[in-house]
Amino acid sequence: MGNRIALTGNEAVALAMKQIAPDVVAAYPITPQTEIVQIFSQFVADGDVDTEFVTVESEHSAMSAAVGASAAGARSMTATSSNGLELMFEIVNIASSLRLPIVMPIVNRTISGPINIHCDHSDVMAIRDSGWILLFGENAQNAYDNLLMANRIAEHQDVMLPVAVNLDGFIISHAVENIDIVANEDVRDFVGDYYPEKYLLDEEHPLTMGPVDLQDFLFEHKRQQIETLKIVPQIVQEISDEFAELTGRQYEFFEKYKLDDAEIAIVAIGSTAGTTKAAIDNLRERGLKVGLLSIRLYRPFPADAIVKALSHVKAIGVMDRSESYSNTGGPLFSDIRAAMYDAGETAKIINIIYGLGGRDITVKDLENVIGRVKEVQDSNQIAEKVIYYGVRE
Amino acid sequence: MATLKELSTRAGKFSGGHRLCPGCGAGIITRQVLAAAKNPVVVGCATGCLEVSTTIYPYTAWNTSYIHNAFENAAATVSGVETAYRALKKRKKFGLEDTEFNFIAFGGDGGTYDIGFQSLSGAMERGHKMLYVCYDNGAYMNTGIQRSSATPLGANTTTSPAGKVIPGKTQYRKELTDIIAAHYIPYVAQASPSNWKDLTRKVEKALSIDGPSFINILSVCPRGWRTPEEKGLEIQRTAIDSCFWPLFEIENGVKYTVNYKPKTKRPIEEWLKPQGRFKHLFKPENKYLIEEEQKRVDNRWEMLLQRAGEI
Repeated sequence: MGNRIALTGNEAVALAMKQIAPDVVAAYPITPQTEIVQIFSQFVADGDVDTEFVTVESEHSAMSAAVGASAAGARSMTATSSNGLELMFEIVNIASSLRLPIVMPIVNRTISGPINIHCDHSDVMAIRDSGWILLFGENAQNAYDNLLMANRIAEHQDVMLPVAVNLDGFIISHAVENIDIVANEDVRDFVGDYYPEKYLLDEEHPLTMGPVDLQDFLFEHKRQQIETLKIVPQIVQEISDEFAELTGRQYEFFEKYKLDDAEIAIVAIGSTAGTTKAAIDNLRERGLKVGLLSIRLYRPFPADAIVKALSHVKAIGVMDRSESYSNTGGPLFSDIRAAMYDAGETAKIINIIYGLGGRDITVKDLENVIGRVKEVQDSNQIAEKVIYYGVRE
Repeated sequence: MATLKELSTRAGKFSGGHRLCPGCGAGIITRQVLAAAKNPVVVGCATGCLEVSTTIYPYTAWNTSYIHNAFENAAATVSGVETAYRALKKRKKFGLEDTEFNFIAFGGDGGTYDIGFQSLSGAMERGHKMLYVCYDNGAYMNTGIQRSSATPLGANTTTSPAGKVIPGKTQYRKELTDIIAAHYIPYVAQASPSNWKDLTRKVEKALSIDGPSFINILSVCPRGWRTPEEKGLEIQRTAIDSCFWPLFEIENGVKYTVNYKPKTKRPIEEWLKPQGRFKHLFKPENKYLIEEEQKRVDNRWEMLLQRAGEI
């Protein structure tokens, strides 16, 4: 049986890691992820978990050691944030191309420069095209639950790809929430053991991993990776349904909040989804038909399901907590617009770039944002495609 | 030490048919190192000549398990493999509780002295039971002979070319063997495939230790050194006899042993002369560089003898 306890997001993540008890964790501290490394170190020091913990000298080596451990046949994890993720970027791509099911919580923080330790999504968006499966959530409960499902998704024999579980820096990582904890034995049963088909420590079957792959073969290997990503959503859903049977907490590719009868939709990722719900409740009382689509599975991008969920709305505001420096808006905006365009949808879509470097966004702010989307709906015209919300001009 | 017969039966861990250049030292070194390992081995290889020439998909020259991750992280990668081994053995998975493995990382001087230096230092400090082998050919040969921090003074490389006003590399090479010894790890050594018995004994010793070890091995590169393919090991012997590349070992950071003392120390010119990369040093205006190099080599040799308690 599980129970309900008050934990910060970082504590919940560290607890999930203890319950999963991977064979190897290799990690390096970085604000605001540091607590995960510290708490997990204490679990190891106290004998609460028998994971081999490698205190590497950098994030580059954290991912490198995780790759080595995973290739050797071990269930391996790391955790990072911000510049740490950027430092390991090279090996992030190698992990997915070697088809290694590494699991990594990312405590989202802006990337330098200028240096700033607070939340936005510029860190993870820099790896959105790296072949990892990217999960998001709006609170610590989501982070905890996503992490318990991550190994199952990553290690599924038809997947064999790494998974990153994202949680907003400070807003989720350092805020205390009441969280429903899954009992240790239930986690053990749910996550199960990891026995890969091919691994370096197989004495009878020596294995060459990471060979030189030239013009005559690389494209086929990339194509295999791409084809695998097409079936990932289905497997994510199967495992999420199984998790729902265990815990009663049902997860989909995204969460719809008051969306089915909405005329206006907000699309968001991360903790802002929670703030948006409060704004929607307020505006619904005033008769505004507004709803939310909060992305959980961002890569691979479940475009068809998203289009279906948004097909009836007249105007959409896509919330991006990062820039793509393309003069065409943020990364989520590009994804949503491309998906809607392909489906022939005619809803007016605008982009709201907000909260860079941890700038706060309140319920009142979200009400204002929804007001801007309402203007688009009413006028059926887009006066400003990309709105930089909450910045001094 | 293993007998020649034993060594020959183990030599198949690294097979022929790879695409290293004729006369390349890296292939000889790899074969000698792996022949000295009596347990199954997992090899980690940094990006470099050895890596690109031995695993061109769908072929592999490795009859051991092998992983290439990236250029600068062979040590971190193998530290992950070694940690996985301990974790899986402890948890009695895959039947590993009854096995003994050796973990060996290979890197060139680029992947070891320079871009992979941090990763190596971290892995040594953490105390993983692994042997790191540097095949030091004194430049980034794989990308076309660019200078490294292992390139000797005066060498002509494509990024330290001997030009009209600059006579090749203007800096001394760094002594990585000493730097790794300063980690106070159990075993550090310098070796050469020209002295295969010494090399084999050193690898055996390194692999018998319950902790990290490092062997720096001089590796001829006929392309970069501008030397005849068939003369490689002969030239390497002059490196040892001139004391440019002394054979020594350091235990626990402090116990120095010089493994070979030439009866008559040969002048540094004998090491430099056969190599095209030093050709310009023999012009009258550059002779001072040869003198400087001789002084440097003499001082280092004396320092090693002192540390070893020989003088």
